[in-house]
Amino acid sequence: MKRFIIFASLLLLAGCSANWGWYVVDPTTPKGLINLKFMLSGMYYTILLSVTAISISVVVGLLVALPGLSEKKGWRRFNRAYVEIVRAVPILVLILWVYYGLPAMSGITLNVFWAGVLALALSDSAFQAEIFRAGIQSIARGQYEAAKSVSLNYRDTMRFVILPQAIRRILPALGNQLVYMLKMSSLVSVIGMQELTRKANELSVSEYRPLEIYTVLVLEYLVLILVVSAFVRRLERKMQAAEA
Amino acid sequence: MRDIDAPVITLRDVSKFFGDFQALKSVNLNVAQGERVVICGPSGSGKSTLIRCINRLEAHESGQITVNGMALTDDPASHEQIRGAVGMVFQQFNLFPHLTVLQNLTLGPRRVLGLTQAEADERALTYLERVRIPDQADKFPRQLSGGQQQRVAIARSLCMESKILLFDEPTSALDPEMISEVLDVMTELAASGMTMIVVTHEMGFARKVADTIVFMDQGEIIEVGTPDQVFTAPKSQRFATFLKKILQH
Repeated sequence: MKRFIIFASLLLLAGCSANWGWYVVDPTTPKGLINLKFMLSGMYYTILLSVTAISISVVVGLLVALPGLSEKKGWRRFNRAYVEIVRAVPILVLILWVYYGLPAMSGITLNVFWAGVLALALSDSAFQAEIFRAGIQSIARGQYEAAKSVSLNYRDTMRFVILPQAIRRILPALGNQLVYMLKMSSLVSVIGMQELTRKANELSVSEYRPLEIYTVLVLEYLVLILVVSAFVRRLERKMQAAEA
Repeated sequence: MRDIDAPVITLRDVSKFFGDFQALKSVNLNVAQGERVVICGPSGSGKSTLIRCINRLEAHESGQITVNGMALTDDPASHEQIRGAVGMVFQQFNLFPHLTVLQNLTLGPRRVLGLTQAEADERALTYLERVRIPDQADKFPRQLSGGQQQRVAIARSLCMESKILLFDEPTSALDPEMISEVLDVMTELAASGMTMIVVTHEMGFARKVADTIVFMDQGEIIEVGTPDQVFTAPKSQRFATFLKKILQH
């Protein structure tokens, strides 16, 4: 937090020099206020896009992780193949492919939002799958054996015994992925998603003050992510406290 | 041994391998209804493997295992059936750390036996009283001592109301001063007519409670007898040496 304040004040100090034109985003002037509001209005889609995408990728990641833990070779191969292939495609490329390539190939046309969600979720799901696999594997064998000793079936063992413990352990990693997702959502601006980065791009084209506008953009992401990090840390502490 | 009763557990020529290592070599064993069997032997003798085969935590490679007349096969349905009839208490307790004591006890009854929450709670409290920790129901396992945790684990098995209980070195992970509180609970259980197979080094418990002592070494059952027989006059040299070593202190 301290570092953030120092960083922010340095920027403001620098803004006093003649080369800066903070007037574009100065909230005390009507024009600056309109511009600032325009930039902040991208926050809604950045958050909605990221949260929707990560919700989907967590579910898909779990569904891909489970076969990876199977005793059957075929299932494990499916898991490996999925993770390796999806992880190998750059997110930007995936976004472009889903938006421009998928309609041409399959006839399915997605709007910008859902194309972005699909690409982000798909890309993230491979990482989620690895996180879940590691988390589930970290649970001691004795837990499975205890579940068997009270006759729980596979589904109930996972649902009531293994996953609740695994999710507690991977919570920090899931928090990381959420932060990562918020940042990666900026790439969806290339297909015209009206999120933070796109708004900044549009404004800088009309105002010719990219330096100030992109600085505000940096600060927007910084604040957003610091808030999310604090929230995730609180959640972790809460879950640990519930157990102690 | 109560030879007149039909055996509830039968092992016929059971063998088990871990890679090239043969953990069990053609083991034969009958356990009658209500019989208390103590299995002892040096570490690596296959005693844990033996009882873990009975509820299919390990798969045996050859031979037959029958529990309550049901044959243990590769069919998963038979595993579930047999696990319903056999409870198990582990060396490391293996309680569910994210659940309270009460939730640990009610999970199986609710999900497997189909009890309502209220019924399961009532049953759990009954058994918690029986293992003498009724006041710890809302605590988490890590807030309890080792002895208390193991008693919760015993109560968890009892909640499934299986007629057979397997104990895999239940006191080996406990501090010395907590061993007796667990053994006391087990002694009471034994008196209640539960069929028990106990892997343990607690020879005092074995002498007091067991109907049958089984001595294993290197994957084989070397000797079977009543406590009176085996403690006064072990037939095999290996058992005599083993007894001498663990009874010395």
